[in-house]
Amino acid sequence: MLNSPGESLKERESFEKIQSYFKKSKEKKTSGFLNKILGNNNLGDIIFERLTLLFAVLVFSLVIFMGWEMYSHSVLSIKQFGLNFLVNSTWDPAITQVFGALPMIFGTIVSSLIGLIIAVPLGLSVAVFLSELAPAWLEKPLSFLTELLAGIPSVIYGLWGIFVLVPWLRDVVEPFLQNEFPNSPFFQGAPYGYGMLAAGLILSIMVLPIISSISRDILKSVPDAQREAAYALGATRWEVTKIVLSNARSGLLGAIMLGFGRAIGETMAVTMVIGNRAGISASLFDPSYTMASVLANEFTEATTDLYLNALIELALVLFIITILINMLAHLLVWSTERKWK
Amino acid sequence: MEVKNKTISFNYFRRKATNILMLFVSFSAAVITIIPLILIFYYTIAQGIAHLNIDFFTKLPTPVGESGGGMVNAIVGTLILIAIGGGIGIPVGIMTGTYLSEFGKNKFGALVRFLTDVLSGVPSIVVGVVAYTLVVIPMKHFSALAGGVALAILMIPTITRTTEEMIKLVPHSYREAGLALGIPKWKTTVMIVLKTAWKGIATGILLGLSRAAGETAPLLFTALGNRFWSTNVFQPIASLTVYIYEYSTAPFKDWNDQAWTAALVLILLISLLSLIFRIITRSKYKT
Repeated sequence: MLNSPGESLKERESFEKIQSYFKKSKEKKTSGFLNKILGNNNLGDIIFERLTLLFAVLVFSLVIFMGWEMYSHSVLSIKQFGLNFLVNSTWDPAITQVFGALPMIFGTIVSSLIGLIIAVPLGLSVAVFLSELAPAWLEKPLSFLTELLAGIPSVIYGLWGIFVLVPWLRDVVEPFLQNEFPNSPFFQGAPYGYGMLAAGLILSIMVLPIISSISRDILKSVPDAQREAAYALGATRWEVTKIVLSNARSGLLGAIMLGFGRAIGETMAVTMVIGNRAGISASLFDPSYTMASVLANEFTEATTDLYLNALIELALVLFIITILINMLAHLLVWSTERKWK
Repeated sequence: MEVKNKTISFNYFRRKATNILMLFVSFSAAVITIIPLILIFYYTIAQGIAHLNIDFFTKLPTPVGESGGGMVNAIVGTLILIAIGGGIGIPVGIMTGTYLSEFGKNKFGALVRFLTDVLSGVPSIVVGVVAYTLVVIPMKHFSALAGGVALAILMIPTITRTTEEMIKLVPHSYREAGLALGIPKWKTTVMIVLKTAWKGIATGILLGLSRAAGETAPLLFTALGNRFWSTNVFQPIASLTVYIYEYSTAPFKDWNDQAWTAALVLILLISLLSLIFRIITRSKYKT
């Protein structure tokens, strides 16, 4: 219908030429910021764009600058200990001035893993409940409450840990575990309350809202067509949920890793309940130490340059670990959410 | 035929039962999650209110062994610290967010967006160490300024990402209308787009400020703490969070009690902050 019989071939050709010209000019306008600047003579616009660009570059270089700043202030310790810093288990600022971070790395990873073992099943269940099962009137207040949990300052978690959680562990939980499993290597030693178990528990409470709220967003980004298809085949609600979960699994893994990254860097609440003693022990009742809590406890007490350098190197190690975990986690979350866009 | 039916109905029953069981499990997980929240709020309010009095807001901390006293210096200190942090962090965050949403549809924009997300995962104590090397070492002593710099770095990701998201929500026709009137792009962005998105951006700022008010770790060796009245930004300054940490780990009963009160006041302060912000943003844009 468009090409009426009266239209000659020549006319059609010229029409297409004009069309392609418009197409090209449109592409030119939207491609790249160089064109934008060249095609725009307003000085204010150029200044404004450059100014915002400057701030973006500032934020971009901030991350790199932070790493470099810590590296340049820990050169003494890096030169003296090299890679031994990561595998040596002696931390002796008082006499020999030998610094090895192994007990802190152990404490950091184990306490975070305990936190995750508790928080992951709970957090994922909450996410499933909020995105798949809960009626709308229940979903909003529950989401609000879990996000409120994420907004409580970590020092208040620590305060609560010292005066509520630790006495409860000391008087109720730890004696009970020792009675039930007298031979287990995990429940040896005097039940003080302070220690690895308390740190793991408080981390699980703190990490849970992060895992549940990110997982909920990911589950919600799964298109409804997948659910409807499963329902149409006669699946029950739980079976539909299983399909949704398996489709979103890489994003959920990202959510868990974000929780892990948060647990590794958590400082105050852990410092207040973990007991702060360097040592590697299988028992969950024993006090331990994390990289973050060493920094919180000893930074202002560092008397020699080497000691201070070792502490800053510890911060650098913590920085690199959390950066790597976060990069991987964000890539996973992004790729999942983008899959359905 | 009958046998087949029976297996079908058994299978159906099993699937139904699993369904109900899993529904129950995920519901109870949601309940379990809420329990710590209720416990923490209950203890903070119950323990904190017992020692809450006017002295707390008007007097300085007393020496060990002397009961009474308050934390007026810490309340003011916390406000000064978040003011410094906001003073640096808010402009940087808003400008970067504006860049990302208006000019950031290229590879560099994606990279900045990615690094901002990564920056938000950096532990606050590490940020404290950077502020120490950046401000405390050159100045040779602890200061409120160093604490404020640490808080600013912690605020930037939150404010940047909220600004970007909120500007993206402004309909494209608004920008086109501005440009059609011959208004330069920068004026359109500042006067129309940012103004329209202001309410959402304010929420992001508020989120950043209230998180900063609750930070302790980055202040331990930057702002340090101060038992006396001080508003000098080049000197160490007290903050509520550092007091909560010191008072709760100290072996004195009355200090522990005051730690609970400080925690309650901190939560009230954060709530008050959000209330004031809500009122400001509401009265300006009545619809």
